[in-house]
Amino acid sequence: MDFYVINQMTIKEYEMIGEKVFSLVLPNGLPVFVYPKAGFHRKYAFFATDYGGADRRFQLSGKWNDTPEGVAHFLEHKMFDTEEGNALALLSENGASPNAFTSNDMTAYHFTCIDNFRENLETLLSFVSVPYFTQESVEKEQGIIGQEIRMVEDDPEHCLYYGLLKALYKHNPLRDSVAGTVESIANITAETLYGCHKIFYNPSNMALCVAGDLQPEEIFETAEKILPKERGESPLRDYGPEETMQPESMSFTAAMEVSRPIFLAGCKTRPLPGGRANLRAELVNAIALDILAGHSSPLFVRLYGDGLVSTDFSSSFESGSGAAFTVFGGETNEPERVFDEIKDEIRKLASRGPDRGLFDRIKKAALGGHIRMLNSFEAICGSLVGSYFRGYDALESTEVLATVEPEDVLAFYRDSLSPDDMAISIITPKGEF
Amino acid sequence: MNTVTTGELTPGISLTCVSSEKFKTGCFSVNLVTGLDRESASATALLPRVLRRGTEKLQDIEKIAAALDELYGSYSEPVIRKKGEMQCIGFFADFPDRRHLPGGVDTLKEVAAITRDLLLAPDTQGGCLRTDYTASEKTNLIDDIRASINDKRGYAIDRLIEEMCAGEVYAVQKLGSESEAEAITPQSLTQRYKDLIAGSAVKFFYCGSEEPSRVSAALGEAFSGLAPRPGATIPPTSVLLAPPVSPPRRFTESLDVTQGKLTVGFRLGAAMESPDYNTMTIFNAIYGGSVTSKLFLNVRERLSLCYYASSFIDKHKGIMLVSSGVEFANFDKALDEILAQLDNIKKGDVSEAELLAAKRIAVTGVKSAMDRPSGLEELYFDSSVSAVHYDPEKLCENIEAVTIDDVVEFASGIETDSIYCLRD
Repeated sequence: MDFYVINQMTIKEYEMIGEKVFSLVLPNGLPVFVYPKAGFHRKYAFFATDYGGADRRFQLSGKWNDTPEGVAHFLEHKMFDTEEGNALALLSENGASPNAFTSNDMTAYHFTCIDNFRENLETLLSFVSVPYFTQESVEKEQGIIGQEIRMVEDDPEHCLYYGLLKALYKHNPLRDSVAGTVESIANITAETLYGCHKIFYNPSNMALCVAGDLQPEEIFETAEKILPKERGESPLRDYGPEETMQPESMSFTAAMEVSRPIFLAGCKTRPLPGGRANLRAELVNAIALDILAGHSSPLFVRLYGDGLVSTDFSSSFESGSGAAFTVFGGETNEPERVFDEIKDEIRKLASRGPDRGLFDRIKKAALGGHIRMLNSFEAICGSLVGSYFRGYDALESTEVLATVEPEDVLAFYRDSLSPDDMAISIITPKGEF
Repeated sequence: MNTVTTGELTPGISLTCVSSEKFKTGCFSVNLVTGLDRESASATALLPRVLRRGTEKLQDIEKIAAALDELYGSYSEPVIRKKGEMQCIGFFADFPDRRHLPGGVDTLKEVAAITRDLLLAPDTQGGCLRTDYTASEKTNLIDDIRASINDKRGYAIDRLIEEMCAGEVYAVQKLGSESEAEAITPQSLTQRYKDLIAGSAVKFFYCGSEEPSRVSAALGEAFSGLAPRPGATIPPTSVLLAPPVSPPRRFTESLDVTQGKLTVGFRLGAAMESPDYNTMTIFNAIYGGSVTSKLFLNVRERLSLCYYASSFIDKHKGIMLVSSGVEFANFDKALDEILAQLDNIKKGDVSEAELLAAKRIAVTGVKSAMDRPSGLEELYFDSSVSAVHYDPEKLCENIEAVTIDDVVEFASGIETDSIYCLRD
């Protein structure tokens, strides 16, 4: 992006929200962001690679590689092992609360602490960049992750989500669980892990963001001191053959231990372009969905008033890994009826366009939401890094939001939501057939 | 860093103001504090949810949502808390700071006006709260009470409290019970509403960038409809220093679960005669309240008897609970180890390293809470309803001063009261 120059510190000011971000790209290609927050006790560090569960097929030095489902998540678990012991314990003993997660398109390691920030940051950077696996420890982890997979397979929300994604997509790896299956992870070896670490954990495929009462120079120095000097190659990724806009199947149902039925309905949309246009599209789509199904929308008020949905009714737009889709979901005793109501509302909005008053209000609420988000170090660092990987700057949201017009929202209803191509996933209570 | 001012808006109605420029939002809460009571707990819990459905001016949730969206996505949501034998209800409002908004909209004043209407000017029919809103929120409340069984860990804790404190008001759950909820009518709810508005102690809390004088003026004016209540006090919580019967009572219940839950309840003993909350906090961190605690390191890590084992204390009521997830076959072994670790503390087996680790975790917890507006609200609200006054700003300093002797002395009076097992 325009404001990133190797080894030269940039200070970007965001007037509207009264904040600034210091950034620097190290010679090894790693961007480092520092978000200074005076007056806070907590400090937070977020170190992530642009590599997630959906990045299973990639090209390197001209050759295509296929890896089993679940490698990114497996790697996340194993990275905490070091030759000296365990980084999780080391950080905890030094007063930090560490954690990590793997999504479809990102693996992130993070911690918060009050004191000893520099030492903890050194530990974080070091354990994530230095792999240490043995065949024995990989086999032990296969047992542990196997248990985790069995546990999430019992989780109704997990089954609901993947039920819908499998209905929507024929090829895209989003349809498979990030953690993989017990069978797929049995194919992972120490060699697989070393290989994927080398490819995806090279500094030019990663980003570091810290927030708190901190000095930028000190952070840049620490990162340069600890991390490898070499940049790596950027792997090309393949998410499978192009998908049609129609779902692979129209519905998925299962019976599980839930007290009321839950549902998730959605449709595919065309993948986003990347860059600033991506940010704008995300903002437009979020406003469009709030007008359609948010808690002040006529649809929600009607469904809630009729006792058909509870306050957990929600909608969202998700994109990444060569795909984009919209979902609606919640608890209800009548999933099919709610599904029909959603489709009718989409048709209505696509023909009439959004009510101007509602549009203006939702836009104001969205601005407030972006301001509120800035109280959270986790949200700030996560969105700065996530948006960097997609080629935009999430902190520009408040400015870009100002340019969103009702026509943008109408275009989303007309071009991106197709009621006839929506699929639904339903989990019903056991024994109610 | 924070400037804290505490005062009364009018007799019986207090305001605590934490002035801080570090947040992007401001927030305030208004809390009616009443004694927990079996007959009225469900109605008390239902009240803010019915009030949130419509006011004289904004008659349905769509209009309320629209007004809050207009204020840049501000919130004003029902809050229901149980503190010792108190039930506290009201609203928590949160709004973008006017410094960051186009035109500098006075969000505090505007959101205060909406929240005032929610609390003091509900939509009514023939002098009663609306029948349709009462019925619909009653259904939602009953759904929530029933859903408590979905979370087996929480359920095992609730059930232990019900059994251990049977005969004490403390046994009543935060949302009351299904049968009490079923019996609520718009008339009975309206009567409960009038009683609470007229007589409860009222606590306001604010955190944000506004000057205390401005906050006091804004909230005082908005809520001038709350009459002065010179006699209103914080309802007392009765504390049993020792278990009412000996030996410890055992309760076992069967449900379709794959993992057993073992929950143990204790009375804190003589330490509750004049409780020192700092020592209490450190004792709990050493015993079972942290990842460096004796329960975590021994019951879980060393002996692998539990998937989790942690302790927590209700400082108002003077009871401690240990909650653990255990294989059915390991119930007895896990129980023995939970009690043995408590005995170790009583015998003085606490190292300087354990003390230091506990202090670090406790201080981190307090400081992290102070970095969040909602964390500050919870800290100050808790301190405002505590029997023994404490100053949240001095917590970290006071925690540092706790010694091993203090912890051992505190532990000396703790006795096991009841044991609850949930199994297949």
